[in-house]
Amino acid sequence: MKNFFHNFLLITLFVNITAFASPEEDRQLFRDYFENRFPNTEFSDYKNGVYSIDASSREQWESIEDFPPYEINIEDGEALFNEPFKNGNTYASCFENSGIAIRQNYPYFDNDSGKVMTLELAINNCRKANGEKPLSYYKGGPMADISAYMAYTSRGKKFDVKIPNSQEALDAYEAGKKLYFTKVGQLNFSCADCHVYQTGTKLRADIPSPGIGHTTHFPAYRSGAGRLVTLHERFAGCLNRVRAKPFKAQNEEYRNLEYFISYMSNGLEINGPGSRK
Amino acid sequence: MKNIYIIAATLVLTLFLESNAYSGDIEEGKKLAFDRKKGNCLACHMIDDGELAGNNGPPLIAMKARFPDREVLFNQIWDPTETNPNSFMPPFGKHGAITKTEINKIIEYLYTL
Repeated sequence: MKNFFHNFLLITLFVNITAFASPEEDRQLFRDYFENRFPNTEFSDYKNGVYSIDASSREQWESIEDFPPYEINIEDGEALFNEPFKNGNTYASCFENSGIAIRQNYPYFDNDSGKVMTLELAINNCRKANGEKPLSYYKGGPMADISAYMAYTSRGKKFDVKIPNSQEALDAYEAGKKLYFTKVGQLNFSCADCHVYQTGTKLRADIPSPGIGHTTHFPAYRSGAGRLVTLHERFAGCLNRVRAKPFKAQNEEYRNLEYFISYMSNGLEINGPGSRK
Repeated sequence: MKNIYIIAATLVLTLFLESNAYSGDIEEGKKLAFDRKKGNCLACHMIDDGELAGNNGPPLIAMKARFPDREVLFNQIWDPTETNPNSFMPPFGKHGAITKTEINKIIEYLYTL
């Protein structure tokens, strides 16, 4: 009986602590976890994803990055970014600092809509505001190219995602965190199952990457796809693999999830676009 | 005396037939265990001669010694979250990834390890 009460107390205490942990406390816990897990990996190196923890795949990757497969996408993205809309405006008119070196500030909580604003959604909102049709978030193409260019101009800037002290913003963050830790799909995996608890182990020949540094290098050129993949298309890839039904790109669930994982990556440098297996 | 021969012949025949059905299940069980669309046990467990095995689950060896009770092994494959809600192992049976019959065939194979 004494044992039961002891456990009960412990559990209640834990639930209370985690329920009321601030995003900043979460981030510190997350960071500490990976620091313990991979004592030989420098924090700043997590921007390199799985290559920060696996030396043998890193070598291959570095040789790919010698001649980046996404170079053409950055050029195309720059041209698209500077091409005026029919009304004469450009993307620059929609963004702070004319859209240059701002990737690290996304996503942010937009008080007007009461929702999370991602860079790619902002790109499409900019098009709509200027009477243009939105771009697809899937299969590479102009959206991925523009996003790649905007990330490229932000290389070296550190992720600086903010969670304002408003209930709505905290709710969005908490919803993203909840999804991250919720088991889904026929195979019953949460994001955290692979990218927190099992990161660094082998799933067949694949090594699940660590849960920090996921957003720094997107959009990413995936060798398997032979093209750029946006972050939300990648989310869908993960969900398909665990046999869950993916959400639509830029819906609220994904935006909240992006908010959570980007916040966990605060302090890491933007190095997008990146190349991945 | 004649009866004894008949009994012996029947016994031998039954054993032969049984062991045949048995080895068929073992073989099929192995295929199911290795198939990426079925058990895909190799994704996490080192097994026998399976190539590119994962390592986040324990190696599948000495299965009879580790799971003397067949039901415990069946339940572990059917729904491991029953004993550990945080288990990384998918609830293969409960979520319909593989059928009861398929799990039983996989168990026949696992018991040879």
